[in-house]
Amino acid sequence: MPESPSPTHGFPGRLFVFEGLDGSGKSTQAALLGKWLQSRDYRVFFTEWNSSDLVSGVIRRGKKKGLLTPTTFSLLHAVDFADRFERTILPPLRAGYLVVCDRYAYTAFVRDAARGCDPSWVRTIYSFAPRPDRIFYFRVPVQVTLKRKLASRSKINYYEAGMDMGLSDDLQESYVRFQSRLRAEYERLAASDRFTVIDSTRPVEAIQSDLRANLKPLLDGFPTGARLLHDG
Amino acid sequence: MTDRSYGTRLPGMPSESLPGKLIVIEGADGSGRTTEVALLKAWLEVEGHAVVDTGLRRSDLVSAEIDRAKQGHTLAASTMALLYAADFADQLENKMIPALWAGTTVLADRYIYTLMARAIVRGASREWARELYSFALRPDLVIFLDARTEILLHRSIGKYGSLDYWESGMDLSLSRDLFESFFLYQDRLSREFDWMAKEYEFHRVDANRFPEQVHVDVQKLVAPLFGLRAAVTAPPRPPRTARAAPPLSRGPRRAASG
Repeated sequence: MPESPSPTHGFPGRLFVFEGLDGSGKSTQAALLGKWLQSRDYRVFFTEWNSSDLVSGVIRRGKKKGLLTPTTFSLLHAVDFADRFERTILPPLRAGYLVVCDRYAYTAFVRDAARGCDPSWVRTIYSFAPRPDRIFYFRVPVQVTLKRKLASRSKINYYEAGMDMGLSDDLQESYVRFQSRLRAEYERLAASDRFTVIDSTRPVEAIQSDLRANLKPLLDGFPTGARLLHDG
Repeated sequence: MTDRSYGTRLPGMPSESLPGKLIVIEGADGSGRTTEVALLKAWLEVEGHAVVDTGLRRSDLVSAEIDRAKQGHTLAASTMALLYAADFADQLENKMIPALWAGTTVLADRYIYTLMARAIVRGASREWARELYSFALRPDLVIFLDARTEILLHRSIGKYGSLDYWESGMDLSLSRDLFESFFLYQDRLSREFDWMAKEYEFHRVDANRFPEQVHVDVQKLVAPLFGLRAAVTAPPRPPRTARAAPPLSRGPRRAASG
């Protein structure tokens, strides 16, 4: 029996998106949720915001030579997302999978706006990407992400710190300023795009249990893999 | 020239107006654009103006990726359109704007209009294409070299010895027949150029003629921008004009083109 189409985007699958700053804990939660859904015998597809082969070379080269402007930076990431969307997100969505995305178009809206691109222009560019069934936004103070970052001893990435924007010569200072801009954009979208806001300063287990409870109504009656085998 | 875009401000764009002039030569493959750009450049330089010419897909940034994508033929329409837009944005920001800023005249051999038309005939909506390229600078003058499809066909065969796969729109699977596909594809492109001609204020020039004759009309359009007079008159007409090309049988089932 085919699933009933999503009221949000019309595809038989469901699209759950995890958004938030680096270090907000969204990736941990997305992975945990994916495992839980799989254990419940749902057909699950999990995808992360990685660059495809197509433009990763250009982006790397462009960054190195300092050729990228906010506009080309934005367009190249759009190329990358469009390619991944068509290849890896859309097919499972059409095939009736639960698609879990660690970052989605909203990451681009936030980052491009913080770099000065016209938000409505960026929106139009990404209009091929349908609205997800749920957008979980992991709200966290920038200082907390910085602490987590320093505690894990991972290096602050040049672009993550927005060093190309000339906000500050100091890496940490620039990171805080740039991430604060991103956060402000996320907060704006949280209201306009009806994000499901998660207080990410709480314990991992508490958040995960909230996520599962939140998705319960969406999963009721959604076919599992086993059921599909019987019916198919 | 004005610094106005088609609606979307480029980040980091200076607020003062750019002193250089942006002139766009548009038209189908085989309409004589490249020849016209060369003639125009030579004329303006003789008149003492600094000129750079730009074309599509010549930026260092992504041209290799575009070539690679074309080899694979597997990219979705939206992905390909965005890749071309990135290439265009790179040329606009890293080549055209700095030149205009320095007071140089930029002659663009094709501009956003060709890119929009190509994207639309491959499935993008007009609204999406229009908005995607709304960061482009509004040119001082857009000249559209208008040539009949039969003329384009002869020139294309003359140029490639055959019909080009991409210029025949073979990736669109309109027809397995290259010849038939060429006509169908050019018809679709010209339908897009038609609405753009009004919206983007194209100045049409009859390009069914010899380059020297076309150039006379082009000069008349360009001269006022520089306070010049179009100095040349039409050269003596060669004994046999391009119009005399033998009529072609385009085969059955041909939809009339506009």
